[in-house]
Order: sequence, then C-alpha cells, then structure tokens
Amino acid sequence: MEPALGDTTLADNTIRTAESANQPADTTRGNLAIEARGLVKRFDGTLAVDGIDLFVPEGAIYGILGPNGAGKTTSLRMLLGIIDPDEGIRRVFGHDRPHEIARLIGYLPEERGLYPSMKACDAIAFMGALRGLPLAEGRRRGRDLLEEHGLGHAANRQIRQLSKGMAQTVQLLGTLVHQPRLVVLDEPFSGLDAINQGKLERLIRNLSANGATVIFSTHVIAHAERLCEDIAIIAEGRVPYAGSVDAARDRIPAQVRLETRRAEGPWRNVIPRKAACDTKADGTVLWHFDLPESGAEPLLHGLVEGHAEILSLSIERAGLHDAFVHIAGEAAAKALETEAPAP
Amino acid sequence: MTSPRTLPTPQRARLPLWRAAMVVARRDFVAILFSRAFFFFLLGPLFPVFVGGLAGGIGGQVQREAAATDIGVLMTETDAQRLNTAYSRLSGKFSTVLPPMTIIEWDETSGDAPDPRTLLQRKDRIYGAVLSGTVERPVLTGPPSQVKRWSGAITLLTAEARGDAPGIYPDVERDEVRTSAANIRTDRIKTAQGAQMLLFLLTMLLAGMVLSNLVEEKANKIIEILAAAIPMDAVFVGKLFAMLGVSFVGIGVWSLAALGLYSAVQSQFGSFPAPAVGWPIFLLLGIVYFAMAYLLLGSLFLTIGALANTVREVQTLSMPVTMAQLLVFFFAAFSITHTGSPVEIAAALFPLSSPFAMLARAALLDALWPHLLALAWQGLWVGVTIRLGAALFRKRVMKSGSAGAAGRKGWFGRLRHRPGH
Repeated sequence: MEPALGDTTLADNTIRTAESANQPADTTRGNLAIEARGLVKRFDGTLAVDGIDLFVPEGAIYGILGPNGAGKTTSLRMLLGIIDPDEGIRRVFGHDRPHEIARLIGYLPEERGLYPSMKACDAIAFMGALRGLPLAEGRRRGRDLLEEHGLGHAANRQIRQLSKGMAQTVQLLGTLVHQPRLVVLDEPFSGLDAINQGKLERLIRNLSANGATVIFSTHVIAHAERLCEDIAIIAEGRVPYAGSVDAARDRIPAQVRLETRRAEGPWRNVIPRKAACDTKADGTVLWHFDLPESGAEPLLHGLVEGHAEILSLSIERAGLHDAFVHIAGEAAAKALETEAPAP
Repeated sequence: MTSPRTLPTPQRARLPLWRAAMVVARRDFVAILFSRAFFFFLLGPLFPVFVGGLAGGIGGQVQREAAATDIGVLMTETDAQRLNTAYSRLSGKFSTVLPPMTIIEWDETSGDAPDPRTLLQRKDRIYGAVLSGTVERPVLTGPPSQVKRWSGAITLLTAEARGDAPGIYPDVERDEVRTSAANIRTDRIKTAQGAQMLLFLLTMLLAGMVLSNLVEEKANKIIEILAAAIPMDAVFVGKLFAMLGVSFVGIGVWSLAALGLYSAVQSQFGSFPAPAVGWPIFLLLGIVYFAMAYLLLGSLFLTIGALANTVREVQTLSMPVTMAQLLVFFFAAFSITHTGSPVEIAAALFPLSSPFAMLARAALLDALWPHLLALAWQGLWVGVTIRLGAALFRKRVMKSGSAGAAGRKGWFGRLRHRPGH
C-alpha cells in the first residue's frame, strides 16, 4: 500500500555517518519531507552516487554541501523523479513517485533555463502551469511577485531583454509561484552578487517560516552555516555525514587556549597530556589543547581549585568549515575552496 | 515575500498527463506561430511554387510562340486560291490534322519567286516550313521535324485542291464512355502516387521542425524544468501535438496558395482522377495519415534527441533517419502497383511506411475497414515510440557532475574513449 502523506516520521537530530547509513531513521522528530535510503546511480558504468541516505524533516532548511561532481545534482534529480535511481528508495512526502505530487514541489535547477522570447510574467505563469496553476492566476501572481521583488517594470519584457541576475530572479519566482510545500534549489546562490545572495537567504528563511521545506545544494559553506539546521555532506558520491550543523561542528573538539603565570601546580591534573605548551621569556606559559570529552565545567573547576593563576582562557567551538575538512577530508575541502567565490 | 499561503492537498497534487501535455503544446504552438522564423518557414515552400509558376508561365508563352509557327504558302495566286478552298473544305473534318497556313504574297510579274530557304531564315516573320511549287507538284521546305510532321497533311490538302481526294467522308457515329477499367486503375495510380508524394514532402518538411524545437530546448536548458514538473511522456506528447498544430497551420496556408495556383492553371491539376473512396473521405484520410506519419517520424526524431547529447549530434543522427525515410517512401511507392500482395501488406504493416501505403490504398480500393485497423496500428506505434523516447531521454540526457560530464562526451566521444580500447 502506498504510504499516505505524513506516514513517515523523521529521526531526531542524531548524527548519521556512512557507517550508520543503513540504520533505520529514528522516528521522534515529526514528518519527513524527503526520505532516501541507499540511493545508487551509475552513468555508463561510472558510479555517480553510491548509496546515499537522506532524511529531511518538513519545514526544515536543509543544505547539501559538497564540491562540484560530488553527486549533489544527481541526488536531487533522483529525489525529484527526474531520473530513477539504480538502487535504493526515495520518498517525497511519503510518495515514492515524486511526479505524482509535482504540484507540491518547486525546483530550481543548477543550469538555469528560460525561453528567451517569453515575457517575464508569462515565464513565471508557464512554470506555475507546469505545476498545475491556471495560467491567468499564474500571470496575476507573477506580476505581484515581480512587484514584490522590485522587478515590476520587467513584467512585460522578454527574458532576452533582462540581465542575467534578473532572469535568475524570474526563474526563482517561477519556482515558487505555485506556493510549493517543498522547495528544491540546486546551487541557488551561484551567479548572484552579494546583495542578491542576502535577499535569497531572507527569502529562504521566510519560506521556512511559512511552513515550506527548503532543500538546497551549495559549495559555499557559509550559506549552509547561516541558514541550515540540518545538512548532508556529499563527497565522491557518498554521504559521510548527515545531521545537524551543531552535531557536525561537535565532531571536532573545541579548542582551549590557556595562559598561566606558572607551569606547575596541582591544576596540571586537568590539562591533557597531549596539550602543547609554549613558555615565554617572562615565565608565563601558553597551553593549546582539545577540550576534554568531560566538557568545560570540570576543566574550569580543576583550574580554579588547583590555583592555576590564569592570565587568559578561551574555548573556541569548531566552525562548519573545520567540520567539513574533518568529515569529508582535505581534498574535498580544497575542491570546495577552489569553487567558492572570494569573500 | 513569497510564501506558501494555501498549501495544496495531496489528492490534487498531480497534473493529468493530457493537461501537462497541453501546457507544453500551448506554449510551443504560440511561441512558434508568432515567431518570425515561422513566417519565413511558411514562405519558404511558396517561393519555389512562385518561381516554378513564373518559369512555367514564361515557358508556356515561349512554347506557344514556338508552336504558333505557320506553314507559309509560296505559290501562284491561282494555286494559293485552290489550296485555300481545299483548306476550307477539309478544316471541318480534319481541324486537328491541318497546320495553320499563311499565304505569302510576292510579285508574280517579276517572274522570280522568293527562295523558300531564304524565307525560313527571316527573323521578322517566322515560318515552320514553306510550301512552294504547284498544287500538282508541291514542295515542302523546312527542318526535318516539320517536314515529317506536316507531309501527310500537305498531301491530303493538295489532293483535295486537285480534286483527287474522295468526295465523301462518312460521318463516324460517336459512342463515348467515360473510362474503362484499365483507365480507372491507371488514373487512380496517378492519384495514389501524387498523394504519396505530397504526404512524403509535407512529412519530411514539417517533421524537421520537431528536431529544431528539441535543439532549441537543449540550448535553452529548459528541459530540466519540464522534466522535473511533468512526466517526460507529457513533454513529448505536448511537443509533438504543438508541432502538428503548427504543421496544420502551414498546410492550411500552403493549401490556400495551391488553391490560388489551381484556379490560375486549372488544366494542370484537373487531371487527377477521383480516388476509390471518393474525394471527401480521401482528403480526410490524407489529413489523418499525415498526422500519423508526422507523429511517427516526429517521435522518432524526439528519440534521437534523447540519444544525442549535443545539438551537433542531434543534427548528425537525424541524417540517417531522413535517408532511411526516403527508402521507406520508395518501398511504399513500389507497393502501389502490387495491391494485395505481400509487399503491399508489408508496407502497410511497417509503421513508418504504413501511412503512405494506406493512403495509396485509399486511392485504389474502396474498402474502409483496413484504414481503421491501420490507424489503430499506427497510433499504437506512436505511443510506443513516445514511451521509448521518453524513457531513453530520462536515462541518457539528465546527467550531471563528473560522471555526467563523462557521459556527455556523446556517442562519438564514447566510441573514442571506450575503456580498454
């Protein structure tokens, strides 16, 4: 029997690794917008996607992070039913045939495409019509959307007469005109200037605030870090990590930087043996070490009770970039940095 | 800011295939119909017709002028008069046998008659041949073709002038029938051939538009938006029917032009005999078979589009199909004269030649039921080809990433980069 919409529920915010990929999802966190298990895709014998698992909760902003060629677009295309996986299952709102719920989905492909001779509002209406929105209603909404985004003057202009950025906005609005419950954006920030990237981030937050699920792929870590609660990291067709951004960052211990007046004392018991230390000319000592698994509280307690004579202390949590390097490896991180635009 | 104000219910979450196809068809139809390229596409076939008509008109005029060359009569006034009287008597019975004749006036008192050979070289007054000498000893001077053509008529005419010809020519009672069985078949074969040729030309001319449309789609990169929103079958069906609609517009325009041409040179076209099923049904079948031939070839072109990864490949791969379609046409044309034979049945069964063979059959045989079967058969193959093309398209075209890039090398690229080769 085909599962009804909302039958499947999402796991909690636990970290899923490649090792745990075959484990069934925990079902404590609500409905799933997307559920994918063991998706495999080969092109002419070449493995493009190698058994990925994805669980995207409804209403989430979910980022798929990875360098070009990692399998992001192929994964999204499989999730949307544009191509079929060779192995594995995919469900969108519980349906394993995404085309059957096409009206609920909005998709912005990585390769932007519009009919050059079409007027902007007609292009938006056409994209809505493909998702079941009547043309007249699509035109009306298209004009409103263009007006909202400062492109009201371009409503009756042909796409070929618009700038690249304007055309990209028109396509994005066409993706949203039918008010989808799931918005899938493939590299939505590429080609946009800083101002429009900021606008797009606000748009994504608003979509989520209004109940839509947004899933986007990107190779710019900063966007995912700012927008997403959950992410999946894709590298070489695999998902070495899928889970919350916080959990990804927690994969790397926080870094402790401690400066003490003296090198010895009873407080030394709480300093890890692997800690690096640097004694300065005035006798003060600078310590660098990973925050112990027991956390910050026992450390602070031990230092204070052991009279460590602390001159300075900082505990820095790892960023998503560090987490990415830790999870996906140096090579993937370098590929990502090569593609990412300069800040 | 955009936001999902009213979320659609899942029960209404799918656009039916025919509606999805209509969205695509409507967009394509309007976009093509109101493009400048289509205007010139419409004019394209009219230019050769116009030029052909002009050339034909000029040629006809030249031919009429060439054919209007009279036989000049260079005889004494007495002989010329006798000849004229004989001509008047015979023209009632032998109007199609006797050549137009003109009496050449010359000064008999001078004694020297002009030289017929010199007269034939004159540019100001052109004669096909010159009849000189006397009624008793006529001499016909002229080029061999003219001399051979008119010798008999001149013999008859001079015999009549001398009084040597029979005095009475009995009337032949006329009993005319419209045609014979042999004539009907021969004439209907002409109709079948003409209809097949027209069907083939229209199909080849217009099915190419499907390919152009697909090339445009690839260039616009819009295909992924379509593929994500609606089933690929709907995309293919929509595109095919949009192009079919555009084709009917084109055929309508060209038919009007042809009608104008027909009224101008009626005799050229009026000779097509009625087909076995009658003109109204034959025309209707012609339209339906055109639609089928178009959909079959169009869906094949779309499948080629699915196999090809670049615009260049689309164009290259379509060439063999075009050539193969020419062979299919020859096959169907060959079957015309073999009605009911295994060859004709094979031509009617093979999907690509079926519309051509069946249209020819409609011209030759009056049974209608085979057409219903053939249309169902052809429709089935249209469906099969569309499904196949859509499946191939989804399988082969939507590739991305590094693997996709490897895949996008295309057919020829893959041949060069086969592993282990």
